[in-house]
Amino acid sequence: MFVLVEMVDTVRIPPWQFERKLNDSIAEELNKKLANKVVYNVGLCICLFDITKLEDAYVFPGDGASHTKVHFRYVVFHPFLDEILIGKIKGCSPEGVHVSLGFFDDILIPPESLQQPAKFDEAEQVWVWEYETEEGAHDLYMDTGEEIRFRVVDESFVDTSPTGPSSAEATTSSEELPKKEAPYTLMGSISEPGLGLLSWWTSN
Amino acid sequence: KDANSALLSNYEVFQLLTDLKEQRKESGKNKHSSGQQNLNTITYETLKYISKTPCRHQSPEIVREFLTAMKSHKLTKAEKLQLLNHRPVTAVEIQLMVEESEERLTEEQIEALLHTVTSILPAGPEAEQKKNTNSDGAVDEDDPA
Repeated sequence: MFVLVEMVDTVRIPPWQFERKLNDSIAEELNKKLANKVVYNVGLCICLFDITKLEDAYVFPGDGASHTKVHFRYVVFHPFLDEILIGKIKGCSPEGVHVSLGFFDDILIPPESLQQPAKFDEAEQVWVWEYETEEGAHDLYMDTGEEIRFRVVDESFVDTSPTGPSSAEATTSSEELPKKEAPYTLMGSISEPGLGLLSWWTSN
Repeated sequence: KDANSALLSNYEVFQLLTDLKEQRKESGKNKHSSGQQNLNTITYETLKYISKTPCRHQSPEIVREFLTAMKSHKLTKAEKLQLLNHRPVTAVEIQLMVEESEERLTEEQIEALLHTVTSILPAGPEAEQKKNTNSDGAVDEDDPA
């Protein structure tokens, strides 16, 4: 689920923090910059693991702060393909089942990847697995707040950096609000035996 | 630089975040400044998530013992990591985490694997909750069984 990523960055320490130990200031700056943020094509950054190398700190003319090039390792949430994860159902919509891990919310299980056959109950806004046995069909509801085991089948990174001024004019004139895209989404699947709500598979 | 320098088990992340939380509690002063809010949020949520998994009660010795026992089963690093993080108790879960398990493992081997996993790795907080007689569902803070 979590990986260690080696990164290099230049950290700026303002003069009023010079009295603190350099390592602490750098750790704080890096965490301030990266914690709980998604780095494009890398994953969701959690916290600093360690600092591997500190290069010389320079002070540039016109700016009293010191700039240090730092090599460090960061703990990043980046599940590998086909990894099994357990999360909570956040809600259902016609697009599929939305799952959350507490610290990471943008996980979607599209309708094709649900245990088949499945149908969407409009009245309760919930997806249902129609499980067939000899006695007849059981309707297994995927309720909000239930723990669900799923396999990661796809991930997508969206570059959400702000675009230039030319496109900003176009969006302000139109009526629709700009879409808020999640920078990192995971696609899950529960179409295998053992996947789905934990309560479906426990043999109590 | 290197986007995949090492895989971390949930237990290692749990340790790291718990230590970080202790450190920040001791130094006190700037925990609530706006810059640190992101770090606080992510540490809190991630710790909350991992605390509900079996990784909570693991220790470096347990992990070492588990990996030594796993050597004979010839599993890939990713498969061993998943077994360590999830502590499967049924054959179905093993089949999910180990690729081509029907071809690579016989039924006895799957049973043996399950036995190794459940005997070396401590059970998660929910399993301990079921063992308790309290009905309020409080998570037991005692040492693992």
